[in-house]
Amino acid sequence: MRYRAQVVVSLKDGLLDPQGKAVEGSLPALGWTNVSGVRVGRYVQLDLEADGADAAEDQVRRMAERLLSNPVIETFDVVDISERDGA
Amino acid sequence: MTEPLHRALGLTDDELGSIRSTLGREPNRDELAMYAAMWSEHCSYKSSKVHLRSLPTEGPRILVGPGQDAGAVDVGDGLAAVFKMESHSHPSAIEPYQGAATGVGGIVRDVVAMGARPIAILDPLRFGPLTDERNRWLLEGVVAGIGGYGNCIGVPTVGGELQFARPHAANPTVNVMCVGVAPAERLVTSAREVREGSVLVLFGAATGRDGIGGVSVLASRTIEDGADETRPSVQIGDPFAEKLLIEASLELVDRGLLEGLQDLGGAGITCAVSESAARAGLGAEIDLDAVPLRERGLEPFEILTSESQERMLAVVAPDRVDEVRAVCERWGLPAVVVGRLVDGGALRVRIRGATVAEVSARSLADEGPEYARPREPPEAQDDLLNDDPTFATVTTSPEDAFVTVLSSPNIAGKRWVWEQYDSIVQGGTVRGPGGDAALVRIEGTLRALALSSDGKGRFGLLDPYLGAAHAVAESARNVACTGATPLAITNCLNFGNPERPEVMWQFAESVRGIADACRALETPVTGGNVSFYNESGDSAIWPTAMIGMLGVIEDYRLAVSQAFGPGSWIYLAGESFPELGGSEFGEAVLGVVGGRPPALDLERERALHLLLVHAAGTGMLESGHDCAEGGLAIALAESAIAGGTGFAVTIPGDEPPHIGMFSESASRAVLSVDPSRATELEDAAAGLGVPLARLGETGGPRIVFDGVFEMTVEEAWAIHENAIPMLLAG
Amino acid sequence: MSGLPRVGVVTFPGSLDDRDALRAVAFMGGEGVPLWHADRDLRGVDAVILPGGFSYGDYLRCGAIARFAPVMEEVAAFADAGGPVVGICNGFQILCEAGLLPGALVRNRQLRFVCRWVEVRVETSISPLTGDLVAGEVLRVPVKHGEGRFVATDEQLARIEGEGLVVFRYCAADGSLGDVHNPNGASNAIAGIRNEAGNVVGLMPHPEHAVDPDVGATGGQPLFASLLSNALARVAP
Repeated sequence: MRYRAQVVVSLKDGLLDPQGKAVEGSLPALGWTNVSGVRVGRYVQLDLEADGADAAEDQVRRMAERLLSNPVIETFDVVDISERDGA
Repeated sequence: MTEPLHRALGLTDDELGSIRSTLGREPNRDELAMYAAMWSEHCSYKSSKVHLRSLPTEGPRILVGPGQDAGAVDVGDGLAAVFKMESHSHPSAIEPYQGAATGVGGIVRDVVAMGARPIAILDPLRFGPLTDERNRWLLEGVVAGIGGYGNCIGVPTVGGELQFARPHAANPTVNVMCVGVAPAERLVTSAREVREGSVLVLFGAATGRDGIGGVSVLASRTIEDGADETRPSVQIGDPFAEKLLIEASLELVDRGLLEGLQDLGGAGITCAVSESAARAGLGAEIDLDAVPLRERGLEPFEILTSESQERMLAVVAPDRVDEVRAVCERWGLPAVVVGRLVDGGALRVRIRGATVAEVSARSLADEGPEYARPREPPEAQDDLLNDDPTFATVTTSPEDAFVTVLSSPNIAGKRWVWEQYDSIVQGGTVRGPGGDAALVRIEGTLRALALSSDGKGRFGLLDPYLGAAHAVAESARNVACTGATPLAITNCLNFGNPERPEVMWQFAESVRGIADACRALETPVTGGNVSFYNESGDSAIWPTAMIGMLGVIEDYRLAVSQAFGPGSWIYLAGESFPELGGSEFGEAVLGVVGGRPPALDLERERALHLLLVHAAGTGMLESGHDCAEGGLAIALAESAIAGGTGFAVTIPGDEPPHIGMFSESASRAVLSVDPSRATELEDAAAGLGVPLARLGETGGPRIVFDGVFEMTVEEAWAIHENAIPMLLAG
Repeated sequence: MSGLPRVGVVTFPGSLDDRDALRAVAFMGGEGVPLWHADRDLRGVDAVILPGGFSYGDYLRCGAIARFAPVMEEVAAFADAGGPVVGICNGFQILCEAGLLPGALVRNRQLRFVCRWVEVRVETSISPLTGDLVAGEVLRVPVKHGEGRFVATDEQLARIEGEGLVVFRYCAADGSLGDVHNPNGASNAIAGIRNEAGNVVGLMPHPEHAVDPDVGATGGQPLFASLLSNALARVAP
């Protein structure tokens, strides 16, 4: 079956995130003074063939550990796996 | 649809009539799309051709002039320097990063299509004032895009120009120049023999809907909702794909596998195929089924006019196609046969077994409309000229004026920009950004190419003829200041709406100025680009002829820098006049953009260049620096800052000090020599008829304008260095 | 054969400073050997350089895809056996992604690419590049990168410092440290590190662009000289 997976890769807590800081610094000028803790990460979407949702998720996790994220500095979250219509 | 299809595509009724009579029938939708793309201003130069013809394009060292993908100059030992400049201003105004990035991609492919390895990029840019947040956003995006793409493909960005003017706010000017080198006999030009039966191979990225924009009105009604999102108006560049494309293309050329090579830019496949065929006096057959597509459901007109990036078209003898495919495959690039050249002049397009278009290749590529549009100087032109700041009352002290001009964004240091560019990859950069001209050596020799890009928009507003001529003169002067001999130019002509007589007048005058200057300085035009329609509402950009000058120095170890060292005598070569018209002082201190630009005596200019090249060759100069924007005081300060060495000078003339300090008289250079060689310089100058005046000496930690003011080099450095970063910090 | 030390330079798709590295090896008296990413073959070289550039466009993360190239298995085995391996810029990123060096390189603190001549201080002579140098020496070399900020977890950083794995630090011309001399915000001003065994070194600056006096300063000369004498010592008698 065909599945679509969505993975979010984030910087580990404690690591300096200048991109997050820059975004956080720009928001007040646009009217939001109530925001803190901005962290900027990466989003990966992929489609895969698997025998069931569990098998799909297992494979996506292993892909994320091996390639999509760098475990030295990043963590990841498989935010969604859903069946995709064929064609 | 209430508007006739052809008008919605940007074709006039007359143009449609012309197409009808060429075809002998009504054109179908796909054929209309091909004509609309090929006969657009951008592709056909219809408003500019008639004027561009007057440019001098020939010379003993010119190998390839206008009309090919790029121009080429003989630089000795059987080598050719290939170069061209192009604009990508309109896309950059929408998406600065990708607009600028794809601009780099396109011009690099033009150089590669000639069979040359790209070795340098220059980026002359114009934005609105940095006090406006949007202009800061545009600048940051454009610089990041040029760096992001250029750095990733491994071509050093070694020079450029950054200036600001209010009329460029809504219409930033983004020009990019690329220079490459190839053995002259390996250049891929239309002089190569291309035969009927030669195969057309498309290689590189897949084709999507990028850049279709204007012809999207042709979309059939069966396309689903949300179609706008699938037709990106912004092209996204893939510099990694470009790097592979460069290596594959050069390997194909190296192995002698190609009869022709063309990059796909404006009007995509239609342009590449029709130009390849027309140049050979042949026709072509294209099979759209063969084109690798990025998404499904593309209609024929979309495949034909897509401007997807990072694609090239090779013309290959049938018995060499397999080898070509093997080379592309090794570099990970899809390569497919999409057609072949045929006898006759027809360009036939087939898809799914049916012929969907049949037009004349020559008609598309060479027989586009030509317009001699009406021209008329703007009504207010005389008022502009009469608003001359030269003898205005000035209440600002010379010191305050100096600080204002030195820190004005046009003059201030641009390190913030060029540190974002890899200027040293390929190991050939002898002199990078920050000087008068960049020097890039030719591998294995002591020879180096000297490169400079210059535009004089403010002068151009006041007098388009003079503005363009000054740009050529200054560009050549910048090259000559390093000790290199100026050889040839490329150019990008940036103007407003040519359908307005005022703009057309500015254009025609600018071309006239370029022609006269290039003839006098013996630097023919090898090609270039025209960018029209840079205007919003009634406000056009300043007429900006951007000149890209290429020169050669035989021994780069003798190159001269602009930096002062201690213990030298300072000379001003050239003559100064009270001329503040169009000056930085006028705008920055007095708020006046008016007056007549400084006079330009091209014979004197030429004599100065000969002196500079001769002096450098004998090693008599300690430093040499072009004296232009900001005037003499700024040129002196820049030399002091570059060398970390102060000076003491007396500004010549009896006028109020600011006139001598900030006039922007042409044909001048600030030189320094060891006292033991002063007589040698004086004799050389006298021999060439170049006026020469001793101004003072270098040395110490202070810059001293005798009887006027002084400050430390450190202070001047800080003013010059910090202005732009401070403005960008918002 | 000539008896010159043979230094392999790997070309990945997108490598840019591979030719410069080969040229520098030859300039300094060695034999440069081009190696291809898809070949499981180091051609018997005495040392390996992973050069600078944008392998795979820096897509996903710098070096993240290149580390899986077939040649990298051979490089890992070579390193395991004590062979000298040098990662320059993108090469450093690849070594970290491959786990041959600790830590990671992330986006510059200022979020902009920087191309600039800097000074670095040698921190140890235990590395293929600094074998003939002493700690404290200052060298002028160029950096050019957008993702050159060295980071690691607190524990990793403590170990790196504690075990003397830092090989180069960004510094002033006189060797003193200060944030203003750090071009990218790297932790502890780290410009280059080694592995525990001392045969693998990665650095962000480009020594291959600092050997030819015609185009810049020559802080790269002593580094290449060390590498070549190190490699020569390994050439079979």
